[in-house]
Formats: sequence, structure tokens, C-alpha cells
Amino acid sequence: MTTPPSAPAQAASGDDTARTTAALALGDDALVLSHRLGEWAGNAPVLEEEVALANIALDLLGQARVLLSTAGDEDELAFLREERAFRNLQLVEQPNGDFAHTIVRQLYFSTYQHLLHTELAAGDGPFAPLAGKAVKEVSYHRDHAEQWTLRLGDGTDASRARTQRAVDALWRYTGEMFQPVEGLDIDWPALETAWLERITQVLRRATLTVPGGPRTGAWTAGAGRQGLHTESFGRMLAEMQHLHRSHPGATW
Amino acid sequence: MTAQQAGSSATLDAPPALQEHFDATIARDQRVEPRDWMPDGYRKTLIRQVAQHAHSEIIGMQPEGEWITRAPSLRRKAILFAKVQDEAGHGLYLYSAAETLGADRADLTERLIEGRQKYSSIFNYPTPTFADVGVIGWFVDGAAICNQVPLCRSSYGPYARAMVRICKEESFHQRQGYELLMTMMRGTEAQREMVQDAVNRWWWPSLMMFGPPDDNSPNSAQSMAWKIKRHSNDELRQRFVDMTVPQAKKLDVTLPDPELRWNEERGHHDFGTPDWDELMRVIKGDGPCNADRIERRGAAHEEGAWVREAAVAHAAKQAAREEKGAAA
Repeated sequence: MTTPPSAPAQAASGDDTARTTAALALGDDALVLSHRLGEWAGNAPVLEEEVALANIALDLLGQARVLLSTAGDEDELAFLREERAFRNLQLVEQPNGDFAHTIVRQLYFSTYQHLLHTELAAGDGPFAPLAGKAVKEVSYHRDHAEQWTLRLGDGTDASRARTQRAVDALWRYTGEMFQPVEGLDIDWPALETAWLERITQVLRRATLTVPGGPRTGAWTAGAGRQGLHTESFGRMLAEMQHLHRSHPGATW
Repeated sequence: MTAQQAGSSATLDAPPALQEHFDATIARDQRVEPRDWMPDGYRKTLIRQVAQHAHSEIIGMQPEGEWITRAPSLRRKAILFAKVQDEAGHGLYLYSAAETLGADRADLTERLIEGRQKYSSIFNYPTPTFADVGVIGWFVDGAAICNQVPLCRSSYGPYARAMVRICKEESFHQRQGYELLMTMMRGTEAQREMVQDAVNRWWWPSLMMFGPPDDNSPNSAQSMAWKIKRHSNDELRQRFVDMTVPQAKKLDVTLPDPELRWNEERGHHDFGTPDWDELMRVIKGDGPCNADRIERRGAAHEEGAWVREAAVAHAAKQAAREEKGAAA
């Protein structure tokens, strides 16, 4: 296993390290997915989806801000870390693609996030209060993704074909979600089983085929959590961070 | 109490009683509702105005949406997301209001994309810096508020009610825009310059948002007689200038008009003349961003066609399954 790059300067040390690691992992997931959804603004297929996608993005951004603030200064962490220091899953950084691609990414992630936050909320760890609030938002996100998976899968031949392509293409990024994160007290194998059951049920109802291939490759297992990202992520960060970096020390 | 002839177009020979009833409703400052009889011209004028208002909300998502992915702090990013989301919501209310007049949202969208219906001239100007986001909040939402607050008393009920909701949200956005500029003006020299530059670029286009001067605004008199509009373009423009000048002073920026000064006698600010030729060029499609805005709206619509078709096909399958279930 490669050594993770050093944590940000303001991250706490000692006993708090595990908590910081977990806050960055969950916070980066929410931050990066929120950003990707922001790229849809003005481009959605119907106005109702402009509202829905922005709504989901805003929820995720809210979660990211709370989590990153736990680990340090939210803006320094979002705008001044480089690619290798981001701890998000590779799944959430995947480009939007077409609407089916975005919806399947949402389906995979929101199902995971819902199970994860439900378990965190039920525990007494440091993330329980946040998870308690997030789980309400995420259940809406999951419902939105499931409804659209059904519409697109069980819609026209063209929409089914596109959705199946997205289901297959994103499948190999889903295994990474169940790599244990330091600082989170979670029964990961049980979470994975529950995720697979739910996803299988939704895909079948949507008349789609559950992919048979592996859910991780040798190159993707746990990579995002270690700061190893796919190529489009650097460009995403360049856009996100450009203005902040151009005015060092400015407040906005 | 009302004659119910929804969607009637045979108004050339409208029975005098209907016309009288309509005129009396307007005269008493009461609301016209979707099922009431109304003159054809009134219906058409409203459809045009409400649809163009809806289109403006939708096209208006673009210049600010540009900055969602580049907002320099997470707080500003959240504010922008919320604002752009509100604009989509406003578009939805307004299309619904237009549909109560017998218009069809899909048809109105086509008209926008084909350039047969307009949207506010202001959204044809580009947003090259982040300060533009704040100035749009301050000027453009400020101008929209001047225009829209009186529309909360517009004679057509569904439009007036949509405006009540919209105005509440717009004034919130205006304050947030102004607060961004305040923060930037207290910041670095580069930030202050960015604000002044944005103010210089947006001032005149914002004054043009109120439309041509009163002596060259052919539809205004009728719209005011019908109480669709409550004030003339020039009155609203003056109100906007009077409201904005003290805000500019407080912000410590200058407005790019050498003729701008307080007129004690009038109790208003005098100001220079906007470049009306520029307004006409922008309205006719020849502004800096007209082609891009429509192209992008058209592309989103076209690329989304398969999604809308899938939703329709799925709904039909569901309905068929339910029918089969009920029959069994």
C-alpha cells in the first residue's frame, strides 16, 4: 500500500487523525459530487431537473462544508489542496456524461450514502449528528435516482441502451465504496451486501442487467481514498480552484 | 359571477355584457382569473409578457451559472446554487401562469429557441469576472424588483400571485449580491477594481432593462390601461436610479454617467441617456451573447429529448400495467 500524502497543515494530530481522515473522505465525496452536479446548471433535460439537480448539489455542498470544517478551514481544504490530497471516491469524480450516466452515478452513490449515514446516525460516533441530518436529504436523493433509473431503464429502447451502458461503465468504481475508512465504525461487508441487494432490485425493476464483472480492478481498489484519481479530476479541480488561487489571501 | 368562456377566441363580436363586465373588473382593481372572459388582445399581451418573463428567468440562469463551478468560496458557491435553482423555480411558476391563459409550455420553449419570443435584453451581456455575479444581484435583481413589485398588483390573478412569491426571493438575492460586492470592496485592490469594472459594464444595460423611453414604447399605453403594467418604463427607470445612487455611494463605487446628479426641484436624480440603438440591436439578436444563449438553451432541449421521451414512455407503460391490474 502506498503511503498517503501528508494531511493538510491545519489537520489535527494524534487521536483526532482518524476523525480527520474520515471527515475528509466523506467531505470530499460530497464536495466533488456537488461540483459535478453544478456542471448541469442550465443544461438539464427539463426545468424540473434543473431544480432537482441543483437541490441535490446544494444538499451535498452543505454536507461537505460541515465535514471539511471538522477537518480544518473549509475553503483552504477545498481550494488549496492538490489532486493527490483529495480523499474522495473515484466514482464521484467521474464526468457527468449523458443524463443516464449522471443518474446511475447518483444511484450508486446515494444508495451507498444512505446506508452509510443510516448506520452512522444509529451509532454514537462523532459523525452521528451530521449523519442524522444527512440521511433525510440522502433518502430524497436516492428516491430521485431510483425513479429516474426506472423511467430510463423501462422507458424507450434508446433510453434503456444508454442506461445499461452507464450501469456497466460505472460498475468498476463501486467496489471502492466498501474499503474501510479509518475513523468510521462501520460493518463494511454488511454495508456492501445491503448495497448490492438494493441496487440489484432497482436495476431488475428497471429491466436492466446487473453487470457480471468485477466491481474493482487492481488499479481502482481504494485508490481515491489514497489520493489517486482518474485523469479528468485534475481538470475539474483546475476549474474549481482557479479564481480562489488567483487571489491569495482574499476573502469573498 | 363571471362569464366562463375559457380559451374563447371569438372575441371580435364579444357580447357587450362580457366586455362591460371585464372593464368593470379592471376599473375596480379586481383580479381577472383564468376562467373569466377576457379580450383577445389582453390574453395575447399577457401570454407574451408572462412567457418572456419566464424565458428571462431560464436564460438568466446562464450568465450566473457560469460561475457555479468557479465560485471562490464554498459559501458563495452555495449561494449561487440556491439562486440559480430559484431562477429555474421562477421559470416554472411563470410558465404555469402562462398555461392558465391557454399557452403550452413546450410550445413556448420552441418559440424561445426559434427566436420568435424574446427574453430580457440584460442576459445577452457576458459575465467575465466574479464581481459580475454580485453586480447582477445588485443591479439586475434590483431592476427586476422595481419592475416586479408593482406587478404583484397586476390585473391578471395568476401572474400577480406568481410575482408575490418571486419578489420575496429576488429581494433576498439582491441583498446577497450587494453583500458580495461589499465584501469585495473591503478586500484587495484587485477585488475593488474588479467591482468597479463590473459596475461600469452593467450600469447602462441595467437601465435598458426597463425598455425603450415612454415616447417610443407602443404597447405601454394599452398595458397600463389594462392594468397589466402599473407604471411606465421611464417612471420605473427613475425609481431604480434613485434607489441605486445612495447604494453606490455606500459601496464606494462610481456610476459611469457624468450627467448623473441630484435635482432638488424634481426631487429625483437626473441622468444621461442610455444608448437606445444598442438596446435595439440587442433586442433584435445582435448583442454580445444572444447567439450563445439561445444555442445553449436549444442544445440542452435537444440533448434532453430522449430523456423526456423515456419519461413519457415509462408513464404510458405504468398506466397500461395499472389498467391491466385493475381489469384482472
